[in-house]
Amino acid sequence: MAKKVSGAEAFIECLYKENVEVIFGIPGGSLLPIHDELYDSSIRHILVRHEQCAAHMADGYARATGRTGVCMATSGPGATNLVTGIANAYMDSVPMVAFTGQVPTSMIGNDAFQEADITGITLPITKINYLIKDANDLPRTIKEAFYIASTGRPGPVLVDIPKDVQTAEIEFEYPKTFELRGYKPTIEGHPLQIKRAIKAIMDAERPIVYAGGGVIISNASEELRALAELALAPVTTTLLGKGAFPESHPLSLGMVGMHGTKYANYAMTETDLIIAVGARFDDRVTGKLDAFAPNAKVIHIDIDPAEISKSVSVSIPIVGDAKSVLKELIKGLIGASRTEWLKKIEEWKKEFPLRYDRSGKTLKPQFIIEQIHEVCPDAIITTEVGQCQMWAAQYFKYTKPRSFISSGGLGTMGYGFPAAIGAKVGCPDKTVIDIAGDGSFQMTCQELATAVLNDIPVTVAILNNGFLGMVRQWQELFYDKRYAATYLGTSPDFTKLAEAYGALGIEVVKPSEVKSAIEEAVTSDKPAVIDFKIDPEENVLPMVPAGAAINEIIDYEG
Amino acid sequence: MKHTLSVLVENKPGVLARVAGLFSRRGFNIDSLAVGVTENPEISRMTIVLEGDNRVLEQVTKQLNKLIDTIKVSDLTAEESVERELVMIKVVAEPKMRSEIMQIADIFRARIVDVSPKTMIIEATGDETKINAMESLLKQFGIKELARTGKVALTRGLKSVQEWK
Ligand SMILES: Cc1ncc(C[n+]2csc(CCOP(=O)(O)OP(=O)(O)O)c2C)c(N)n1
Ligand SMILES: [Mg+2]
Repeated sequence: MAKKVSGAEAFIECLYKENVEVIFGIPGGSLLPIHDELYDSSIRHILVRHEQCAAHMADGYARATGRTGVCMATSGPGATNLVTGIANAYMDSVPMVAFTGQVPTSMIGNDAFQEADITGITLPITKINYLIKDANDLPRTIKEAFYIASTGRPGPVLVDIPKDVQTAEIEFEYPKTFELRGYKPTIEGHPLQIKRAIKAIMDAERPIVYAGGGVIISNASEELRALAELALAPVTTTLLGKGAFPESHPLSLGMVGMHGTKYANYAMTETDLIIAVGARFDDRVTGKLDAFAPNAKVIHIDIDPAEISKSVSVSIPIVGDAKSVLKELIKGLIGASRTEWLKKIEEWKKEFPLRYDRSGKTLKPQFIIEQIHEVCPDAIITTEVGQCQMWAAQYFKYTKPRSFISSGGLGTMGYGFPAAIGAKVGCPDKTVIDIAGDGSFQMTCQELATAVLNDIPVTVAILNNGFLGMVRQWQELFYDKRYAATYLGTSPDFTKLAEAYGALGIEVVKPSEVKSAIEEAVTSDKPAVIDFKIDPEENVLPMVPAGAAINEIIDYEG
Repeated sequence: MKHTLSVLVENKPGVLARVAGLFSRRGFNIDSLAVGVTENPEISRMTIVLEGDNRVLEQVTKQLNKLIDTIKVSDLTAEESVERELVMIKVVAEPKMRSEIMQIADIFRARIVDVSPKTMIIEATGDETKINAMESLLKQFGIKELARTGKVALTRGLKSVQEWK
């Protein structure tokens, strides 16, 4: 028998059914009934300091665990503060459900106090969103929301719940099934296309695997590795694909694209067959499209048909889940031998390794990342956006999926720290380090309070160059060193800032202090901030200028 | 080239906004869009006419299909289909011009649906060429106002665009 409950009680029941263990959020007038019910529930609510961070925490939690992240905000400004976090999750296909309070149904459309049309605002950045107008629709809507967020190509879903819907009485029953006529993601690849792909791989002389975030979302790393080893194809990844293939593996080429390795970009230019898995040929990867992989046939495996042939035309499209499709491909492949191609790649790797000035005269960010890797190779690394992000991508060797968490599509400064908190909440036994820039960290550093008060010990490693470094780098290279609006200066004192919040603050100015500072931070069991005073005008290299072909690369002289 | 898409969608609030938003956001140009409920009250049909090459059409179709509330997208351009538009034209019609206007209306099998001392409203249905031809002939009298529905279309014969059954 269905029991009679309020909308708010039903809401909590639904979250239990969806096995939600934690919600990140901030309350407000339109959420009072729900927060009142949450108070007695076993679901953990983590009170944050800005709603954008609630969304980023839910996002970091989701990327680290593979489960759907949940955030919640009140109507009006609370809801609009979520927008950046939702857009970020949308661009990177992160499963998330965002709940917002809304003014009572009778007042919607009247410019009521703290009313915002959040379903209208988030229309282009959600997979789908809902405004619940009748409390009886609440259980079904929430079930649909979690289902849609986590299946197919995952993404954020927003559910807007007016206050009177939270207080209305309904007969609660959680639906077992529902019908979504318009939503049936394809999981299994078409057998004929799989056959064609196998033949193309066997026939290729210089194949390359190009793996993206889809491999990680689909938990297909094992299968990807098997494919690469069977086909003897080197593997390059996108930024979000980091960790999908062990970078310690001899077939690994590291990252491709604007700040990718030279050998990955050369291999991509000379390949005769791209095996793209869960990657979308973003402009940061392809560079100038006409010059991208001019001799290559393309096999494109993706769960989202709309990604296929969007920018690069594909000869063998396979719509399906990466894991399922790769399994089928592996079945059909016979071990290959490709001495010449692999030899060429070895030569490139020897001739064009990643380089920086290792003399130790100044504190180099690349050295810091290498030291972080040495101290905690199994850490989850999150990043902010800018040079710090690219150094974190280039100089840490990722060997496991879900160990690199970064804002790829939207490039959101301020993402890394709240994402680290979310990741740590989801994986409390892991060491979690945010590799930050001084600019980015100042966008969300108020969450130090959240980390300290909720006892979430993450480390923020600030590569402090006193600049909005990545923008400064472009100004140096393409705008005659005219550093317009990129100098950040020397305020604040990050160690004192950390201490003010009750976190550990450590300042590092010399290379010799780096290792011990990292060790101290990660073993302190406290939220910690390390302020690395790095060489202020260090650049991220190699670099392919925007609009150039990916084999037209700027690097250090000599 | 011009394409006519017939799109079945859930008859829910916000769906039209999603479709319209998709077109503007991705830079696709629509010539016309007509929406109405189907014989199943839970489902609406959108008839969308757009200009674009095959690549554009492929993207539009895929992006439309990606919307959760889209049930089915069909390109009617290559199909045997019947296409109609409705137009109402208010023309300046002094008494001495009326018979000439009525003759033109007659040729196009249009109907006079309103007459005032100085104007007439002519209603016509047909395909785009017919409507354009009639409009250009009526121009000489002075068109005061014009309203067009945008095209609706169905495939001929037994075949139908109703996957849901
Ligand atoms: C929210 C937001 N605003 C602006 C930008 C543009 N932007 C990209 S990188 C960058 C500089 C980042 O500076 P910092 O965090 O200090 O990192 P650094 O590049 O110095 O390592 C800026 C302003 C952005 N990506 N995100
Ligand atoms: Mg900086």
